Amino acid sequence: MADNKGVMILAEVGDGKLAAIATELLGAGRKLADDLGEELSAVMIGSGVGALAQEAIAFGADKVYVVDDALLKDYRTDSYMAVMEKVAKEVMPRVLLMGQNSIGRDLAPRLAFRLDTTATMDCVELAIDPDSKMLLQTKPVYGGNARAIFTSESMPQMATLRVKAGEPLARDDSRKGEVVNIDAGLDASAIRTEVKDTVLEEIEGIKLEDASVVVSGGRGIGGPEGFKDLEELAKLLKAAVGASRPPCDNGWVPDTIQVGLTGKIVSPDVYIAVAISGSSQHLAGCSGSKNIIAINRDAEANIFKEAAYGVVGDWKKVVPAFRDKLKELLG
Amino acid sequence: MNMIVCVKQVIDPEAPPASFKIDTASNSVVPPAGVPPVISPFDEQAVEAALRLKDAMGGTITAVSLGTGLLRDVVKKPLSMGADELVLLEDSAFDGGDSWSTAAALAAAIKKIGEYDIIFCGRQAADWDSGQVGSGLAEILGLPSVTLAKKVEVTDGKATVERVIPDGYEVVEVSLPALITVSNELGEPRYATIKGIMAAKRKEPVVWTPADLGIDTSQIGVAGRRTKMLRLFQPVREGTCEIIEGEDEADAGANLAKKLSEAKLL
Repeated sequence: MADNKGVMILAEVGDGKLAAIATELLGAGRKLADDLGEELSAVMIGSGVGALAQEAIAFGADKVYVVDDALLKDYRTDSYMAVMEKVAKEVMPRVLLMGQNSIGRDLAPRLAFRLDTTATMDCVELAIDPDSKMLLQTKPVYGGNARAIFTSESMPQMATLRVKAGEPLARDDSRKGEVVNIDAGLDASAIRTEVKDTVLEEIEGIKLEDASVVVSGGRGIGGPEGFKDLEELAKLLKAAVGASRPPCDNGWVPDTIQVGLTGKIVSPDVYIAVAISGSSQHLAGCSGSKNIIAINRDAEANIFKEAAYGVVGDWKKVVPAFRDKLKELLG
Repeated sequence: MNMIVCVKQVIDPEAPPASFKIDTASNSVVPPAGVPPVISPFDEQAVEAALRLKDAMGGTITAVSLGTGLLRDVVKKPLSMGADELVLLEDSAFDGGDSWSTAAALAAAIKKIGEYDIIFCGRQAADWDSGQVGSGLAEILGLPSVTLAKKVEVTDGKATVERVIPDGYEVVEVSLPALITVSNELGEPRYATIKGIMAAKRKEPVVWTPADLGIDTSQIGVAGRRTKMLRLFQPVREGTCEIIEGEDEADAGANLAKKLSEAKLL
C-alpha cells in the first residue's frame, strides 16, 4: 500500500483533440497532486494520440503515459480494461480518476473490481484529507437529494468526476513534462465485444453542452407540439433546447437532449426551465447554470428554490408574451 | 434463453423532495412515512428488457434481490410482470453493504442458480446512484459486459445491444453469456397483468442465506465494504427566487423579459 504514489487521470481524446473532460480532470488532479506533494500523470489511450501528450502537459500533467495501438482507436471495454490494468499495475498510483461519462461509467467500476479496489462514481468534489492524506470523495446520492463523502483504503483510490465539476487550468505551453510510451500488448481475440455501428442523432442548431443559453421543457409541456414553441424561443435567443426526462421517455423529443443525472450536464449562463418541476435528478444536470429562470404553474414547484427569477403561470400564456417582448427588446 | 435480472428495493425516488430526510447521527436516510418502497426504476427496465427477449424467443427469467426488510409485494413485482422465479438474499449479514460486497453476494447467488445466457441489471440504483454492481458482477463472473443498453436482441448465440452514448448510440455485438445493464431509453416497463399478479401471489420466493451460498460473511454486507461513508448530508438550498408578477400571466411573461434584459442576462 505504501508503495502507491501520485495521482493518475485518464486523458480522453476525441476528434483529434484533448477532450474537455481530460482538461477538467487535469485541473482537479493537479490540485490533489500538489496537496499530496506528488506527481500528476495522465494516461492517453488511442490510435495516433501521441502528438497530444504535450497538450496534457500544458494543462497540468507532469508525466504522460501514451498507449498507442490501432486496436485502441475506439473505446471497447475489454481493450481499455487490459491497458488500464497494465498501466495501473506498472505505475501504482495512489489516486486514479476518470470522467463520469460513457467511458468512465463503463470502465471505472470494472477496473476497480479487477484491481481489487473500489471506485466512487460521479463525484462533484475531490479533496485530500490533510491529516490522513486519504482522498475524500463527495458524490450526490438519492438522485441529488443528498450528498455523501466516502473514503476507501484499498489502492488505488478510484473515482469518477462529474462532467464540468473540475476546473481546467489555463493552458501553459511552457510547462515541462515527461512522455512515456507503453506498449499495449493487446490480443485482439480477447476483445469480446464488437461495435458494428455508431448512430449519431444530429441535433440542429447549437449543441446543448456549448450553449450559453438553454431553453428546457418538462412534462408540463404536454407533447411534441409544445417543444416547437420552445424551439422558436431558443432560435430568438440563439439558445439550445433541452428537456427533463419525461419528454424524452415519452418520445416527444430525442433522448440526446435530456438534461439530468442520466442525461447531459449543462452549465450555461442562463437556463430557462419551462414547465419543469425541478426533480433532484433533473437539477443534477442544470444546477451548475449561472442563472436559472423558472416558468411553472405550481408556485410550490421545487424549481423555484433553484431559480433566480420566476413566473408562476401557465407556460402557454407566459412564453408567447415573454418571447414577443424579448423580440421587441432585442430587436 | 435463461435470464437473470438483479433488482433492488429502494425508497421511492418519485417521493416528493420535501419528504426526504436524513438521520445525521446514523448517517442514514429516514424512509418517508406513508411512501412504500419500490423496485429501483432502472431495474424494472432491466426486467422489461428480459421480458421482451422472452416474448420473442421464449425462456425463463429469474429475478434476484438482496436486502433486508424486503416487502413481498414490492420484490414480487418482476413476477407479476412475467418473470418465472424469485430468489431473495435476505439475511442481516447482507445488510449495509457497498457495491463491492453486494456484487460478491449476487455473484455467489448467480453461480448457485447456474445456467444463464444473459444477466440484466439496471444502469444504477436510485438510492446510491453508483452504477457499479453490474460491471462488478461481470468482472467476478468473467463475463463480457455491455452497459447502458436501450435495446437488446439475440440471434445465433450473440446479443446485439444498442448502447447509449451522448449523441446517439453504438450497436455493440457481444457473445453470450454476457452481462448487460439497462438505461431508461429502453422505454417504459410493462404493467403487471391481473393474471401475473395472481401468479405472483401464489409463488413463494426462494430465500438464501450466506450459508446457502457458501460465502464467508466477511465478504458481504457491512463486513465486506471497501468504502467508508464519512458523512451524509443535504446540501443547503438558498431559495432567493424573485417572482415576477403582472396583471395576468402574459403580462408577467413580458415583465420577465424586461427584467432579464435590464439584468443584462439576455
